[in-house]
Amino acid sequence: MLLKDEVGMLQRVPLFSGIEPTKLKLLAFTSDRVSYSAGQILFRQGDEGDAAYVILSGRADILVDSDSGPIKVAELVPNSIVGEIAILCNSSRTATVRAASPLEVLRIRKDHFLRLMKEFPEMTIEMVRVLADRLSHTTADLIDARSAK
Amino acid sequence: MHPASFQLKGPQSHMEPSLARYIWTHTKKQQLWILMIVVLSMIPYFMSFDLPKLIVNGPIQGGGFEQPGATQPFMRLHYNLPFIGEVQFFSGFQLDRKETLLALSLVFLLLVIINGLFKLYINTYKGRLGERMLRRIRFDLVDRVLRFPPIYFKRVKSAEVATMVKDEVEPLGGFIGDAFVQPVLLGGQALTAMLFIMVQNFWLGTIAAVIVAIQIVLIPRMRRRLIVLGRERQLTARALSGRVGEIVDGIGAVHVHDTSNYERADIAARLGLIFKIRFDLYQWKFMVKFLNNFLAQVTPFLFYMIGGYLVIQGRLDVGQLVAVIGAYKDLPGPMKELIDWDQARQDVQVKYQQVVEQFTVEGLIAPRIGALTIDDPDPMTNPLSAISLSMADDGGAMLLDRISLQVKPGETVALVSTATGGAEALAEAFARLNRPDSGRVASGADDLLELPEAVTGRRMSYASSDVFLFQASLRDNLLYGLKHAPLTSVPYDGAAADQHRWNIDEARRSGNPDLDIHSDWINYASAGATGPHDLFEAVRRVLDAVVLSRDILDLGLRSSADLTRHTELARRIVELRAALRTRLEHEGLSGLVVPFEPGAYNKEATIGQNLLFGAAAGPKLADKALAANPYFASVLRQAGLDRTLYEMGMEIAEQAIELFADLPPDHQFFQQLAFMSAEEIPAYETLLQRLKNRPHEAVSENDRAMIVTLSFAYIEPRHRFGLLSDELMSKIVAARNRFYENLPPELQNAIERYDPAKYIAAATVMDNVLFGRVGNNHPDAPDRIRTIVYEILDELGLYAELLDVGLDFNVGSGGRRLTGGQRQKLDVARALLKRPDFLILNRPLSALDQRMQDKVLRNVLEEARRDGHSPAIVWVVTNPAMGMMFDRVIVFDSGQLVEDGTHETLLAGNGIFKELLS
Repeated sequence: MLLKDEVGMLQRVPLFSGIEPTKLKLLAFTSDRVSYSAGQILFRQGDEGDAAYVILSGRADILVDSDSGPIKVAELVPNSIVGEIAILCNSSRTATVRAASPLEVLRIRKDHFLRLMKEFPEMTIEMVRVLADRLSHTTADLIDARSAK
Repeated sequence: MHPASFQLKGPQSHMEPSLARYIWTHTKKQQLWILMIVVLSMIPYFMSFDLPKLIVNGPIQGGGFEQPGATQPFMRLHYNLPFIGEVQFFSGFQLDRKETLLALSLVFLLLVIINGLFKLYINTYKGRLGERMLRRIRFDLVDRVLRFPPIYFKRVKSAEVATMVKDEVEPLGGFIGDAFVQPVLLGGQALTAMLFIMVQNFWLGTIAAVIVAIQIVLIPRMRRRLIVLGRERQLTARALSGRVGEIVDGIGAVHVHDTSNYERADIAARLGLIFKIRFDLYQWKFMVKFLNNFLAQVTPFLFYMIGGYLVIQGRLDVGQLVAVIGAYKDLPGPMKELIDWDQARQDVQVKYQQVVEQFTVEGLIAPRIGALTIDDPDPMTNPLSAISLSMADDGGAMLLDRISLQVKPGETVALVSTATGGAEALAEAFARLNRPDSGRVASGADDLLELPEAVTGRRMSYASSDVFLFQASLRDNLLYGLKHAPLTSVPYDGAAADQHRWNIDEARRSGNPDLDIHSDWINYASAGATGPHDLFEAVRRVLDAVVLSRDILDLGLRSSADLTRHTELARRIVELRAALRTRLEHEGLSGLVVPFEPGAYNKEATIGQNLLFGAAAGPKLADKALAANPYFASVLRQAGLDRTLYEMGMEIAEQAIELFADLPPDHQFFQQLAFMSAEEIPAYETLLQRLKNRPHEAVSENDRAMIVTLSFAYIEPRHRFGLLSDELMSKIVAARNRFYENLPPELQNAIERYDPAKYIAAATVMDNVLFGRVGNNHPDAPDRIRTIVYEILDELGLYAELLDVGLDFNVGSGGRRLTGGQRQKLDVARALLKRPDFLILNRPLSALDQRMQDKVLRNVLEEARRDGHSPAIVWVVTNPAMGMMFDRVIVFDSGQLVEDGTHETLLAGNGIFKELLS
């Protein structure tokens, strides 16, 4: 996959959809292309967050540790981004991500990501929108869960 | 000579304040010898004065040759001896007028040669004398620096001391040879000329004498101001070098506080002052010179006028007048030089005094404390104690107030201190880095300060958070603590032996020690080794103890090994590479490394690396020079690659500029741009504009090279521009082979071809072992591979060799190429290495996090006690919890010893220790 294809992929990630293609190209160029085989771990729950990942091809599982071992809570498909929360909040990883098939990802380093947010307010706003959206979903889920009791 | 026979000079608390006496004491014999030669040289000198008169009056004017065919005796030796009357030793040759002219002229020539030879000998001798004295003075000064009391160094700037030793005493060397000879020689010459003039004509002589007297009185008076200015010049210049040194040392602070312009202003102000002083000096100097010249020229004017008048009157013959004027030509020269000498004398006397004042310090360390000792002293078996010890800082504030305590041999003691506790001061007192204000530190009954350094420097060791490293290799810094005395005598033969003998002779003549710096100074025994071959074990153990080995191994992997020293790596490189391949295959990690193969393109390497397939040794084929190299360019042309790579370079330039042109030059993204630096972007932007749509043939060689260079840095999997095709790859491999087939002889040494069976000296150890490139798309590949490489090196017994390569790393000025933590670890390792009886550690690991400190502490306690060794350890800890690891804990607060006991007892009590812990 070439740089220009990656730019096309990035455009389809909601977080980056508002950013001009030339900036996305720069983001792609300064990020590392990394491949994983099925079963390899991208990062572990509790690790320090040093990068965000955009899935280019393949699938990955999001796992959360529990008393009865890891539980799969979600699946990542191409064009999704993962790991951005930890680098935003300076917190450790809240879940483990494991490749479920041969996986191609774009690894965006933390300092690059933060630099981009500083330089492109549209990206930051988009980011806030996505986060707010997630929060309202989570709140709605919580209300559902409470009322279901 | 056995090195031990060198003894430091007896105790001298002050330096000789008078320069003349200093010179006389050390060069009496030589000065007398040269004086004698000078006096001897006066004889032909005087003879050469009389000769012109003989030539003019005799053969030229015909005196004594009035009759045609008359002859005169030449070289007749006859003397009027008392009682005997005239005695003729030799009747001489009878020569006619022309023959006499020729003979006398030849005698004149002979005298010129003899005078010249005397001058040559005298000047050479003086020069050597001066240089020897300069060497002596410089050594004396540095010797005193080595004996200054610790407090002195808080007040002086190192650059000022350096400039005194180097620059300020320099003019002394030039003067010393002249100190006594010059006045005698010049005075003699002037007096001779004067006397000669007197003899010829009393009145002319009197005129000359009066003018000379005016010169002697007036000129030195005028020069007094020059001396004052000279002193100011010296002081301001010294202060300037002190400030420059400060700027260099404190460059971080300058930038952090945006004070570079303040520094610029300060330097400019100083330079302005120096300029003013120097300009004043020049003005005066030339003024004095003018006056001096004028006076000197007035005399011939008087000679011509009065002397001429006397000749016209017939009271003086022409020959006499010519001789007087001739003799006078030789008078102002010596006179002027004599006056110059006097000025130089006052000048260097002032300089010398200035330096001596700076180097005269109270409380100099006695020479016997630092005396050279070859044999190792007995272990220190007495307890170390502080007796009513008080320490104050430079401002007079009390750091320790009458502390008494004792540390027994073998005891481990943690010193815990509140912020103002004073434990550090105690450690510094034990290390003799600061002297007690009152009370004392003692080893048994002996005052610690009275013990020679041969004991304290070998049986005690000290490390602190304030580490100083020399600009040398890690190894040199680590072993520095073992270099107490020259232990071997190096055999020299042939020219080297002559040189060595000369070195020793000259050293002695200048009062320098003749210790051989090339001897082996490393005291292996104190590290628990028997020689160079097993020292390494000890080194490895202490490095492991301070957890520094891994850092040094990393340094080793990243540097290129010196193959004259590390032969084993080169010898076993094939084995190493094979072991790595096997291991990677075994672990299913073959994909991590793409090996170099002579007949294949390596996708993970750059196009440049694929073309060259070797490591550039020297600048000819390195980096940017490669594309411009005519031979390389011709290879590309023949391989049909020139146009392809040019187009590729254009494409890369376009992409790079599109991506990066808008970014500020300091943007961190530029680290990702391998093709060009941020500064080069504008140049490439204009180049691209110019070359766009221009046919390849019309592009100049230079521009082509600029563009083609870009393609050399390209790696397809990393940059992903989609520029590499299978056809291009095979063309590149073909070009590679063509390149080596016809390699011209001048490039044979500029490149080392990759050969699976050969070690590449110009490449790093890591590159040599890998012999390939780590894949770009495996995030943790570099770490995993490094771990595997270490394991393999260990399995093959090459771990030590690699550690040794890492120890070659130069730590930079003050050790600044290492991190603060690494410096501190190295300091502790150095203290451990000599296996002391008392190990004093003063917050030695403050740059490390607590977890690492605990780990190193545990390791160090264990390593210090290895092989049944049981040194006393006094450790000023940064965290009271560390006290748990020690036999005894002593707590300080406000300069007082407040608690002393085992960790358990203090914990059980309700004192400060417990408070500090919570």
